[in-house]
Amino acid sequence: MSDITVAPENLKSRPGIALGELTKQQSICIDTDEITMQVKNLNLFYGDKQALKDVSLSIAKNRVTAFIGPSGCGKSTLLRCFNRMNDLIDTCHIEGEILRDNKNIFDRDVDVTDLRRRVGMVFQKPNPFPKSIYENVAYGLRLQGVKKRRDLDERVVWALKSAAIWEEVKDRLQDSALALSGGQQQRLVIARAVAVQPEVLLLDEPASALDPNSTLKIEELINSLKEKYTIVIVTHNMQQAARVSDYTAFMNLGDLVEFGDTNTIFTNPKEKQTEAYITGRYG
Amino acid sequence: MKKMVIKKWVDKGTPWVWLNAGAIAISIIMVVGLLGLIAVKGLSHFWPKPIFTAVYQADDKPYQLIGELVETEAVDHQRLVDLGVKVPPGFDEVQRHLVKTGNREVYGTDFRWVLGYGLIDMSYPAELVLLERTEWGNFYGYLVEVRESGKPINSDSSQWSVLVERLQRAQELQQKIDYIEKDEIGVINYEVERLRLKTRSLELKGQLTADRVAEISLQRAQLDEDYEVLQARLNELYIQIRRDSVYMEAMDGSRHDIALVNVVRTSKPNSLNFSGKVSYYLEHLHEFVFADPREANTEGGVFPAIFGTVMMVMLMSVMVTPFGVVAAIYLREYAKQGTLTRIIRIAVNNLAGVPSIVYGVFGLGFFVYFLGGSIDELFYPESSPAPVFGTPGLLWASLTLALLTLPVVIVATEEGLARIPRSLREGSLALGATKAETLWRVVLPMASPAMMTGLILAIARAAGEVAPLMLVGVVKLAPSLPIDGNFPYVHLERKFMHLGFHIYDVGFQSPNVEAARPLVYATALLLVIVIASLNLTAVMLRNRLRERYKALEN
Repeated sequence: MSDITVAPENLKSRPGIALGELTKQQSICIDTDEITMQVKNLNLFYGDKQALKDVSLSIAKNRVTAFIGPSGCGKSTLLRCFNRMNDLIDTCHIEGEILRDNKNIFDRDVDVTDLRRRVGMVFQKPNPFPKSIYENVAYGLRLQGVKKRRDLDERVVWALKSAAIWEEVKDRLQDSALALSGGQQQRLVIARAVAVQPEVLLLDEPASALDPNSTLKIEELINSLKEKYTIVIVTHNMQQAARVSDYTAFMNLGDLVEFGDTNTIFTNPKEKQTEAYITGRYG
Repeated sequence: MKKMVIKKWVDKGTPWVWLNAGAIAISIIMVVGLLGLIAVKGLSHFWPKPIFTAVYQADDKPYQLIGELVETEAVDHQRLVDLGVKVPPGFDEVQRHLVKTGNREVYGTDFRWVLGYGLIDMSYPAELVLLERTEWGNFYGYLVEVRESGKPINSDSSQWSVLVERLQRAQELQQKIDYIEKDEIGVINYEVERLRLKTRSLELKGQLTADRVAEISLQRAQLDEDYEVLQARLNELYIQIRRDSVYMEAMDGSRHDIALVNVVRTSKPNSLNFSGKVSYYLEHLHEFVFADPREANTEGGVFPAIFGTVMMVMLMSVMVTPFGVVAAIYLREYAKQGTLTRIIRIAVNNLAGVPSIVYGVFGLGFFVYFLGGSIDELFYPESSPAPVFGTPGLLWASLTLALLTLPVVIVATEEGLARIPRSLREGSLALGATKAETLWRVVLPMASPAMMTGLILAIARAAGEVAPLMLVGVVKLAPSLPIDGNFPYVHLERKFMHLGFHIYDVGFQSPNVEAARPLVYATALLLVIVIASLNLTAVMLRNRLRERYKALEN
């Protein structure tokens, strides 16, 4: 524990959150927070290999939920289930369900593109398109059929401001996005995701390829974005999870080992594995 | 001690460096040498050569010789004796010259071999005149007088300046004649043919009523009338153009009356100063690039061949690019990757190795006879038995070459698609784009440089291909270009000329191989330049695209 610095304001316990029974088969009940998405008994296989084992948890609205765990534990795989990115992998096979508005997102009649619009995603490595800064942000809007220049301008500016990058790029919107630094690119990508006004933002190790300064900016951004969006973040940086998240899920080898509010997980973990991982004796 | 030094030298890898550098050096020397040879041989052809006159006394009877020295070689004495040439003894080797004497209608050939020791009193008189003619090749000789209606022209100025002036008049008249013959009468012929086809088509449908016959014959009569008017004007022009002639004295003293209508150009190469030579050179170069061929392709220009080559390559590009790209997209993006796609991919790669003549045979059998024949049956029954599309032509040649280059485009595009980072596709999909939208908006623009690479390789291969074309549309001399002023303006069913075939034809099939040989080099150089500029255009386009989608490089 001693090697982890946790910002004090994140450590103060929030009233109104009660933790239920904490076993790995059971989801906790979050009494007062509204649930956006609910994972129920999710099993995921890559061919014969099981990557997720009977995972159940809930994502609270307008909160930051962090997935932590050693490499290959399935935290990214789980994240990619929320917007069905795993559909792209031919050998992937999923059992169980994820509910959104009481509707299983894996149902046949679900419009995947609509789901992905509502559940945005930001990847580990910044992946701006080789277009101008403006066009990058406008991409999702154009997909939705926004054509009027005025509407586009308005929403692009709004998205760039939301992603805290407006001040840096406002004079060069028509320059190539590839000319930006890594940290700027990552915030641009977040602006691109925010522009289509999703309900949930999935962040897959968004700061792992960035320098400390850019990482700090991304974390500040996450803090400000949670006012409006539900955020799910995968990180292998425990300090980061402690700093930015409200809830934390610890995963290992495809199992959801422990899920609870961040405060409890980091100060008083129920499971031995969790404690071992957090204190750096494991993984 | 010495062994150590050598071992150290080997261990450092120096021999490898030398070997690699040597290989590169040899390659560069070969390429530069190749281009240099055809450039020097081809371009020097147009430079004015001096005309000499000499007394030749190696034969039984001495005679006067006038001509251009083409080449000189040393021949073994014994060989000449064996050939039956009378050579005085005492030589080991004899210098032998190839002389272009021209005046084919007088001597029967353009060239003759003379023995070096037999030439005496060699000189280069400034008044020697070279006439380039539309038939019988060049004429070398002295200008006696210029004649109008068979009578000498009395003039204050010299006969030479009169000749230049009269020749200009003749050429202006010739231009008018050409315009009337090719354009105006061409249009009438075209209309007449259309009326004939219309009549035949109505007849086949059984709709040829008396009204229509009357209507058509009325139009026909109108065209005939127009034609008569033009013909009358032509006859008048012909009388005018045939009025003047030039009276020349050849090397054997015989005198010849040469109508100016047959003269293309005249010059006095021996009296040209440097700027005169330069303008002579540029004039001939210009003629070579922009004029039609004359005299079984051995004189004049190669413009129809350039036009045919470029048009065929462009048509081929237009056909092969979309087709290849679409095939590659399916193979890479949509098809389930497995044994079947692997087999297809291997088959496509192997298609690139099929000898091109095989494509020619396929093109002839499938495109020309089957497709073309079917099109004729369905859409052109009235022109039967004359084929329209059922005969080799530009369209089928382009299609055959498109098929030939298809594998290159597919392979290059596939590689380009495979290089697009997965993260960019996911980035697009995660924003709610469908697979098709991702393809159109992100993947394909980024893969466009790879498509251009495929196109560049396709152009390089197609533009140099001759063998299949001989089966599917190339001819020695095409009467008209595939594009003209008659509806529908682009005539893809027409046969066309091609630089590659032109080289083969001029160099090996022409009646006058000696005269044509420099043209082989010049045409080869032109072919290289045409291909290089087509390729450069594509390369520049690709570089611009690459600049835009630089992301791939990291």
